[in-house]
Amino acid sequence: MQTTETSTIEQFAAQDYKFGFVTDVEQETFPPGLNEETIARLSAKKGEPEWMLEWRLKAYRHWLNQTEPTWANVHYSPIDYQAISYYAGPKPKGSGPKSLEEVDPEILKTYEKLGIPLHERAILAGVAVDAVFDSVSVATTFKEKLAEVGIIFCSFSEAIRNHPELVQEHMGSVVPYTDNYFATLNAAVFSDGSFVYVPKGVRCPMELSTYFRINARNSGQFERTLIIADEGAYVSYLEGCTAPMRDENQLHAAVVELVARKDATIKYSTVQNWYPGDENGKGGIYNFVTKRGKCDGANAKISWTQVETGSAITWKYPSVILKGDHSVGEFYSVALTKGYQQADTGTKMIHIGKNTKSTIVSKGISAGHGQNTYRGSVRILKGADNARNFSQCDSMLIGDQCGAHTFPYIDVQNPTARMEHEATTSKIGEDQIFYCNQRGISTEDAVSMIVNGFCKEVFRELPMEFAVEAQKLLAVNLEGSVG
Amino acid sequence: MLEIKNLHASVEGNEILKGIDLTVRPGEVHAIMGPNGSGKSTLARVLAGQEAYVVTAGQATYDGKDLLEMDPEDRAREGVFMAFQYPVEIPGVGNTYFLKAALNAVRKHRGLQEMDAIEFLKMVRGKMKLVQMDETLLNRPVNEGFSGGEKKRNEIFHMAVLEPRLCILDETDSGLDIDALRIVADGVNALRAKDRSFLVITHYQRLLNYIVPDYVHVLVDGRIVRSGGKELALELEEKGYSWLEGMTPEQIAAQPVGA
Repeated sequence: MQTTETSTIEQFAAQDYKFGFVTDVEQETFPPGLNEETIARLSAKKGEPEWMLEWRLKAYRHWLNQTEPTWANVHYSPIDYQAISYYAGPKPKGSGPKSLEEVDPEILKTYEKLGIPLHERAILAGVAVDAVFDSVSVATTFKEKLAEVGIIFCSFSEAIRNHPELVQEHMGSVVPYTDNYFATLNAAVFSDGSFVYVPKGVRCPMELSTYFRINARNSGQFERTLIIADEGAYVSYLEGCTAPMRDENQLHAAVVELVARKDATIKYSTVQNWYPGDENGKGGIYNFVTKRGKCDGANAKISWTQVETGSAITWKYPSVILKGDHSVGEFYSVALTKGYQQADTGTKMIHIGKNTKSTIVSKGISAGHGQNTYRGSVRILKGADNARNFSQCDSMLIGDQCGAHTFPYIDVQNPTARMEHEATTSKIGEDQIFYCNQRGISTEDAVSMIVNGFCKEVFRELPMEFAVEAQKLLAVNLEGSVG
Repeated sequence: MLEIKNLHASVEGNEILKGIDLTVRPGEVHAIMGPNGSGKSTLARVLAGQEAYVVTAGQATYDGKDLLEMDPEDRAREGVFMAFQYPVEIPGVGNTYFLKAALNAVRKHRGLQEMDAIEFLKMVRGKMKLVQMDETLLNRPVNEGFSGGEKKRNEIFHMAVLEPRLCILDETDSGLDIDALRIVADGVNALRAKDRSFLVITHYQRLLNYIVPDYVHVLVDGRIVRSGGKELALELEEKGYSWLEGMTPEQIAAQPVGA
C-alpha cells in the first residue's frame, strides 16, 4: 500500500500561482544599497519631518550591530542587504494622485485583476481599502465616510504628516525599534503601510483592509502598520498580499503594531498569498514579519487570525501583551506549506494583568516538500493571577515528503495559572480520498473538503466574505497536490 | 447491467482474482460468498476502482461501457455504489455536507440541477427513516465516533440518497448484531427495484436470510467455483467452505448437484 499511497498523493504538480503577473508602470526605484544616505533620501522622498528621520537613523545604527537570527526552523542562503532596492513606487504624474481619478489606470487595473476594485461604487459594500503598491500607498477608499465618525484611516506616510502626535506617541510602543533584526531594519527603511485610529467609544462601521502588492523587481517591501483603538472602540482589519512570479527571492519585512485601550477590541485578519516560488523552490518571497498587539487597559481584546498560504519562507509570530486586567488575546492560524515552502509561525502570549485569558488555535498543513513549524510561547508573569491559556496545535500531512514540527514554550511564574495544551497530527489518507471518490467526489474536491474541515475553527474567525475567499485560496493552492 | 469476463487482478504483485466471469442483469441480486482470502472484497474494490488493485487481464462492462477505464468518481457518478466493509472517518466534514457534495456531483454528471439545501434536507429526512438513522448523525463528521452499526447504517443511508443502479455491499453484515442486521437488510430491501442490481458480498449465510438473493456464487482462491440459486447458500452453511476448497473448478463442476 505504501508505494501506491506515495505515488497518488505525492504527485506534486506545479500549480498555477494566479497572481504572478507584472504591472507595466513607470517606476521610480532607488538603486540597490543601504546606508544613511539611502535612508535620508527615502525620508526626503516622503517629505518626512526631522524626528522621523532621526528615528530611522537610530534604528539603522542599531541594526548595524545586530546579527540575523538563526533560531527559526527555516533554511535559506544569506540575504545580501546591499543588493536590495529600498524604494520602488509608481512615478507620480505631476504632484501625485489627489483622488482615485488621478491614479494610474494600469494600477487600478492591477487591483481589479486581483479582485480588489478600488472604485467605491464597485467594491464590496462595507469594506474600506488601502492599496499599497510596492513602497507607496496608491489609494485609500471610504476615507471621508470614516472621518465622519472620527476614524482616521490613511497611509502611514500621510499619518506622519497629518497626525504626528498620534504616530509619535504609539510608533515603537509595542514593537520598539530595537526589537529584533528584521523589525529594526523595518524601522530604518519602512516605506508605507496603513494607519488606523478609532476614537473613544466608536465602533468602526465597516471592515478596514489593506491590500499589499509587490510589483517591482529586486525591491524589498517594508511596510509598517499601526492600529490604535481608543477606549471602548472596535475595529476589524484585514490584510491581503500578492506578488509577481520571479526567480529571485524578495524580502518582505513588515511591522504591525496594535494598541487596544480599555474595553477596546481589535480583530486583525491576514490572508497572505505572496508568491511561494516555483515547484523546485526557486524564487518566492521571504516573509519576515513582526506583529504584536498590546492590550493596554482592562477588558481589552486583540484577536489575530491568519491564513498563510504563500511565501517561500514565513517567519512570523503575531503576539499579544496582555497588560490590562481581564484582557483577552487570541491567535487563530492556518499555515499551508507545499512545494519547498517553509513556515515557522506561531504566537507569543504574555500575561501580565490579572484574570487575563489567551486562546491559541494553530492548524498547519504540509504537502509536497513543505516544512511547517508551530512555535509558540505562553508566559504567565508573577502578577498575572488566575491567568488562563488554551492552546491547540494540529498538524496535517499530505504525502510523506513533508514535515510538521511543534515547539510550544510555556513559562509560568504564578501558581494560579491554568494552562491547557492539545496537539494532534493527522494525515490525509488514500482511504479517505477513495471513500470520497466512491461517492462521486473528485480527488481535488475531496482534499479541499478534508482540509477545510480541518481548518474550520480558524475560518470561523474570519469576516464572512474573507472566510469564503480563504477557503477558495486554500483549494487553489492545493490544486495538483494530490494525484 | 454488469458483465465481467475473465477478470484477473492483483495487489502488490500477488494475483488475487484469477479469472472471474459474472453477469448481473437489471433488478437482480447476486450474493458472492467465499472463505476469508478468497478475493471477495478484492472483487468489490476492483469494481469500485481502488487504485491499489491492479487489473492484469479481462474486462468488466457496465451498461455497455468499459468500467475499468473509468476513474472511481466517474463510476460512482454513473451509478456504481460500494458500501464499505470499513467505512472511513472524515474528521471536520459534516455528514450532510459531505452527502450534499456527493449528490450534487452525481446530479451534475447526469445533467440535473444541483439541489439546494432546503430541498436536500427534506429529501434526506425521508431517506433516514429507511435505516432508522438518528438525526444527530446527520450533523456529526462523516463516520467519526460512529458505532460499528451506525457506520454500516450510514453506508446504506448514503446509498438511499445517491440512488445508484449497481450496489455493491462489501461484508455489510460484519460486526452487526441481529437487530442492526435486520435494520440494514430492511433498508436494502426497500431499495430493491427492477432497474437496480445488487452484489452482496458476505462470508455468512445469515445475511441472506434477510436479503434473499436471486443467485449465489462461491468464490474460492480467486475463481467462482460454483453458482446456483439461494439454496446454494444454505448448502454452504451446512457443509462449510471446506466442501469446495482444495478442489479444482473442474472437479467441483463434475460433482453432482447436492453432493
